[in-house]
Amino acid sequence: MSIIEVENLTKRFGQLTAVDGISFAVEPGEIFGFLGPNGAGKTTTINILCTLLRPSSGRVTVAGYDVVHHQHQVRQAIGLVFQDPSLDDRLTAQENLLFHAMVYHVPAPRRRQRIEEVLRMVELWERRHSVVKTYSGGMRRRLEIARGLIHFPKVLFLDEPTLGLDPQTRNRIWEYLHRLHKEEGITIFLTTHYMDEAENAGRIAIIDQGRIVALDAPETLKRGMGGDIISLRTADDDRAASEIEARFQVSVRRDGAGLTLEVPHGDVFIPELVRAVGVRVLSISLRQPTLDDVFLKLTGRELRDQEVGSMEAVREHFRRRRR
Amino acid sequence: MKALRGVYIIWYRDLLRLWRDKIRIVGAIALPILFLIIFGSGLSRTMGMLAPGVDFTKFMYPGIIGMTVLMTSLMSAVSIVWDREFGFLREVLVAPVSRASVVMGKALGGATVAMLQGTIILLLAPIFGIPLSLLFVLKLWGLMLLVAWALGGLGILIASRMRSMEAFQIVMQMLVFPMVFLSGVFFPVGNLPAWLNVIVKINPATYGVDAIRQFMLGRILPQGIPAVAEMSPLELTLFGHTMSLANDLLVIAGFGVLTVTLAMWSFGRQE
Repeated sequence: MSIIEVENLTKRFGQLTAVDGISFAVEPGEIFGFLGPNGAGKTTTINILCTLLRPSSGRVTVAGYDVVHHQHQVRQAIGLVFQDPSLDDRLTAQENLLFHAMVYHVPAPRRRQRIEEVLRMVELWERRHSVVKTYSGGMRRRLEIARGLIHFPKVLFLDEPTLGLDPQTRNRIWEYLHRLHKEEGITIFLTTHYMDEAENAGRIAIIDQGRIVALDAPETLKRGMGGDIISLRTADDDRAASEIEARFQVSVRRDGAGLTLEVPHGDVFIPELVRAVGVRVLSISLRQPTLDDVFLKLTGRELRDQEVGSMEAVREHFRRRRR
Repeated sequence: MKALRGVYIIWYRDLLRLWRDKIRIVGAIALPILFLIIFGSGLSRTMGMLAPGVDFTKFMYPGIIGMTVLMTSLMSAVSIVWDREFGFLREVLVAPVSRASVVMGKALGGATVAMLQGTIILLLAPIFGIPLSLLFVLKLWGLMLLVAWALGGLGILIASRMRSMEAFQIVMQMLVFPMVFLSGVFFPVGNLPAWLNVIVKINPATYGVDAIRQFMLGRILPQGIPAVAEMSPLELTLFGHTMSLANDLLVIAGFGVLTVTLAMWSFGRQE
């Protein structure tokens, strides 16, 4: 039995359809990612899975419980790390965890031991008596992950787990998550708009405008692109594009920076390409496809297009943290 | 049983936070003590005896205890808005605890804090010629808890709809000061102009202050509670009926059930 089952889930806010009839299933022990730009419906979906929002229609079960009819059972079975901080920063790390353990009915004799376990896992045991206010952003995030685990949840939900953190901290957090995944065999469901973060997942669903446009292992999705990606700039891009399309039967994309095309074996293709093009080639580059390319191919837009929006989100995030 | 556990945990956290923030205790009693000193020494000469054995300071002192309880309990709901702004509220709302338990825990947490603040002011009782005994303090604690719980419910009801600290502060300022000044803390409510009389009688805080005052003055008047009825300017009447301590308690309890129920409903509706 799948640990998360979503059938035809739709969520409307007035006129706006945030999630538009999506279906997917997550198997026990998987790391499953939702990748998409801001506003694609990721947080709405995760909020429905966590019983924080009610679906407009469709059926959702988590750990075998319906999220509408068995809210308490679902909540007991999941751990949550929100996009925005949700710690009591006037209390110490240990007190935050104790509160959580009590609320989630961890039996008293097990509490101390479990709190120590999870704090050691994220290397905050030495700082357990510090008030959270004195913690850095990365430490808070780690503490939230530890907190999400205390009550032995079956699924850990992470909504943009490394938003607003620097690259080293992001890597470190993923080290903890992978170790945790290995040691506790927990299912992890995460949302992200960082494509490199999505690479950590065993399978990802690419979501855009409330719909799932692709769902598979990141490697498979990238392989589906048809091999390598070649970008080139020439003296006359229009002419070069039509020549390449006529000669090799591949589709060529044009953007501000030049031409892009996908071919199975880029390394052997480049010499032929240069010979075939009648105009002068100014530059040429070859690279492996990224999830960004997958997204671009499926939606016609770049994940990076949204980067301005996400930078604002990061700023907003920090502003809130500081307050 | 599960619901009670939830109430207990929410309550426990509120007290733990108070312990962390001990300065809050000083802040909350500074204003009442200031009022006690300024009005007490400033007005007691001119006011003379309000009733046999009751001068202005003796009259005002129980009112100041009521005011402390009132203000603390109303303002304690700020922690909900605070938690919402700092995100902790989500941790609470997504926990396997019913919204009703959260509201009850918050109301009782705020009430306990208010009672503790009131108790600090109560330590001054011997100065005002009111002897303290264990039973007297225990009963007064019960009384303070009830008043604070009822008004705390009102605070939570308002906080459940507020999205920012600023908005909550403004609404509370607009509410708290009229409620305090028009509740009989600073003047007897027995003989007021008609328009003021209506406002004072509508104000639920009036009954809380009257209950605390009746209970405390009952202790120094040898005749006991019934004697309070003879202090005509001091007594609180509703539709011509003189409110006894029991009447007051009934009104407060009713108000508390109403506000806490509404707060539970309002809190439960948000996703």
